[in-house]
Amino acid sequence: MSDFANLPAEAWHLLRSGDPDTWKAILTSLHVSLVATALGTLIGVPAGLAIGSRSFRGKSALTVFLHTLLSVPTVVVGLILYLLFTRSGLMGDFDLLFTPTLMVIAETLLILPMIIVFTATSVAPLATEVLETSASLGAGRWRAGWTLLDEARLGVFAAIVAGFGRAISEVGAALMLGGNIRGYTRTMTTSIALETSKGEFGLGLALALILMLIAFSINLVIYSLQRQTRTI
Amino acid sequence: MKTARFITTLLLCISFCAYSAVVGETTVLRLATTTSVEHSGLLQYLLPEFEKENDMKVHVIAVGTGKALKMGENGDVDALLVHAPDAEREFMSKGFGEKREEIMFNHFLIAGPEQDPAGLKNCKSAEQAMGRLADGLVTFISRGDESGTHKKERALWKSAAIKPEGNWYLEVGRGMGPSLLMASEKGAYVLSDRGTFLSMKKKLNLAVCFDGGDSLLNVYSAISVNPERYPEIRRALANKFLEWMVSKEAQRSIGSFIVEGEALFHPLRKRDEK
Repeated sequence: MSDFANLPAEAWHLLRSGDPDTWKAILTSLHVSLVATALGTLIGVPAGLAIGSRSFRGKSALTVFLHTLLSVPTVVVGLILYLLFTRSGLMGDFDLLFTPTLMVIAETLLILPMIIVFTATSVAPLATEVLETSASLGAGRWRAGWTLLDEARLGVFAAIVAGFGRAISEVGAALMLGGNIRGYTRTMTTSIALETSKGEFGLGLALALILMLIAFSINLVIYSLQRQTRTI
Repeated sequence: MKTARFITTLLLCISFCAYSAVVGETTVLRLATTTSVEHSGLLQYLLPEFEKENDMKVHVIAVGTGKALKMGENGDVDALLVHAPDAEREFMSKGFGEKREEIMFNHFLIAGPEQDPAGLKNCKSAEQAMGRLADGLVTFISRGDESGTHKKERALWKSAAIKPEGNWYLEVGRGMGPSLLMASEKGAYVLSDRGTFLSMKKKLNLAVCFDGGDSLLNVYSAISVNPERYPEIRRALANKFLEWMVSKEAQRSIGSFIVEGEALFHPLRKRDEK
């Protein structure tokens, strides 16, 4: 297939020629997925820590519920938010439909269950031991929580990285809520969908290659940060 | 505490990224249009001039005509550029739109395998062509997505008094581009607007099998959404857009948009003068 043979050349050409549409799509993808990852981390890690480290009534039910949320199709999240944020909808006055902000909200909601579940799963096996030891050393609740998070950091990193991966690769909700507006809400994934629908398969593959390169660099940065925290 | 430091670093990096990526707010007109218009590249060719003149941006959202009309009804966009005259008239009569202007036209065509196994090439009328398709010897791909093209297809079946059913009739529920690609892969027939067909011709293993002239007329209109229902609609801009689309210079630009040596759209105002 000539499409595959020309792929690296076409990707390189896209980047080097400084095609503004491609660069803007890369920026929008990064903006949406990174902010969603940050928000997801900010909410999801503490929530996962709380759920994983304690026992309370209804914990099993909550866990099963969260696990179920992992299977919600992205277009369903897109559809629900669309109905909420359409001008005639409940939240229509915010005027957020077809903006990157609504895409951030959608991706955050999508990756939140993932970050909570993975965080909870990685702190749970360590919780009893770490919390008891911390308490016996006179540490307060917050301090003990931090220690537990630190002990479980590999799993927590994995949760954040997986969340980022889902956010940057997602296309259904991004397309529906962003509207794939050129130079505004067009992301790498919606560009790939668009080029594919126009039969521009080579261009679609080149964009996919660029997306993978970007994901690779970001994961490299996260990984090196993670290693630093281990050796400090 | 190392994790805490890590997370803080991560969050700082990210907020910086987010901050630097935020786009400055400019005046924006939201235009819902059909994939046939957007994918052909016409708007990228036309709109920069309008944007420069008025110092604003047009945000184009490309969907099927059915969905575009729905967006107008819900007040999610300020203006529409669509191609389903009957549905548009209904839209206007229900008070969802403020003004409607017919802008340009081209024709639908039936594309199919080069050898034309159903023998459409010597059909005299659209009804006859639809009849041959309904013999069911060859697959027919239907958009099945309430787009303008799908509405036209249903009108054609209706006027030929045929109810399309059977293994030969596939409703794929996808845009014009994917439907043409599917027809090309499967050696099937498909109803397409001329613009999309021409702009994708090189990638398709399809030929024009029925070119029905004015029986397959495809008229595009611009509509400004009624601001009385949703005060947030940018009324002034939407009406300015309509005025501009029928202006002499825009009409001339539409006619001079050439792909593969052919004009994809013909300005309607020029036709009136003929």
